[in-house]
Amino acid sequence: MSRRRAGEITRILAVARKDVLVEARSRANFAAVVAFSALVLVLFGFALGPDEAALTQAAAGVLWITVIFSSVLAFQRAYLLELEDGALDALLLYAGDRRSIFFGKVLGGLAFVFAVEIVVVPMAGVLYGLPVLSALGRLLPLLALGTVGIVALGTFYAGMASRVRAREVLLPLLLFPMLAPLVIAAVKGTHVALVGDPIAAGVNWVGLLAGFDAIFLAAAYLLFGAVVED
Amino acid sequence: MRSDSVVPEWVARARGSLLRPGPALAVFGAAAVALFAWAQRYGLQTLPARDMGHLQKILYVHVPSAWIAFLSFFVVLVAAVWYLASRADAADRLAASAAEVGTLLNGLVLVQGMIWAKPTWGVWWTWDPRLTSTLLLFLIFVGYLALRALVDDRERRARWSALVGIMGALVVPVVYMSVRWWRTLHQVQSTPSTMDPAYATGLRLNALAVLFVAAYLVLLRRRVGRVEAAVEAIEEERALRGVEA
Repeated sequence: MSRRRAGEITRILAVARKDVLVEARSRANFAAVVAFSALVLVLFGFALGPDEAALTQAAAGVLWITVIFSSVLAFQRAYLLELEDGALDALLLYAGDRRSIFFGKVLGGLAFVFAVEIVVVPMAGVLYGLPVLSALGRLLPLLALGTVGIVALGTFYAGMASRVRAREVLLPLLLFPMLAPLVIAAVKGTHVALVGDPIAAGVNWVGLLAGFDAIFLAAAYLLFGAVVED
Repeated sequence: MRSDSVVPEWVARARGSLLRPGPALAVFGAAAVALFAWAQRYGLQTLPARDMGHLQKILYVHVPSAWIAFLSFFVVLVAAVWYLASRADAADRLAASAAEVGTLLNGLVLVQGMIWAKPTWGVWWTWDPRLTSTLLLFLIFVGYLALRALVDDRERRARWSALVGIMGALVVPVVYMSVRWWRTLHQVQSTPSTMDPAYATGLRLNALAVLFVAAYLVLLRRRVGRVEAAVEAIEEERALRGVEA
């Protein structure tokens, strides 16, 4: 491996490690986001229930919406920390490709959201009557790939939205339209895995998600330099 | 004016209000409006369709408006790439103008579509790929305009809106395909898109008319953008040198 490539990977991991460490040391943010997700699940339960069948049919959609809302909270917090003490400026002063910062932040974000999902998915399984354990093999690739797409796009847009006033509303405004293809594929795939749907079962949802992720990751990576230029 | 002032020449030479179009643009604007009026008169006078009657005539404005809205967003995409490559303010002004006009047209398209849809299909809305992609495109560019409104720094605003415009334009074909797959799974009826060839002339006429009106609006908005930039430059210079300029 060339020295330059090795250096870049070190940078990416360093940024990721920094984000994860900051989060791990004060777990208040994690706990708050998990609590928030639980509340969203419960509220949706009230909104769509009490008929168990209706809840189970809607469960995949509710789960992914919950993941998206929680992720938005996570992104906003992550960048806020950077901005508060001018940490982002310091980070940008280091030599090296700015775009590695993007991958580092994505990895850090993934660690956070995966950790949240470890709690939230079983919770949804319990509340909505889903066979999470037995469907785990089919569920994991969907969760992984869907989350990668959400975190990649979220990290990209949060880089801009978090530095602007009205950031709480601007991030969803910019991000949510872009999530539409991911939501379609992830929810359908999850629904097939957990509840079953003979017609939709024939489609390779995992492959579709992988394709979307590739497109979004590539585009966000290429354009991220211009996000943090100043 | 000081000889090394930042007041652009075209501003110094202008007579009357800067925000009103110059002679060439004013003539173009008048011609565009006249063409649009003529196109409507033509449309209203052609025979009604056998099955849809006068309702069909909404499509004379609806379909061309959709084409020109997409064209405007394409202009935004090109201007965004141009800005990122050259960092020329002119590119940013073009992108902003085209985005505003495109979003306006897109909003009109959605409303016109709903007005047509209710008597035709019985519903205001259906999650058909074209409609859904158009709605999403509208929302993406509302976000674009919101971003522009919230960022004060000129360079940052130009750079970030270019990024949002590019990403937004990229996702639209992806959305279109996803929604198509999503829908065909459940064998939902695809929306009819047949257009009687007798209407081709009316459509093309309206397309040209809407194109000209949209182009006029974009040029006018761009002029406003140039005035804003000139004012900003003058104010900056005054702040730097003291209030003598």
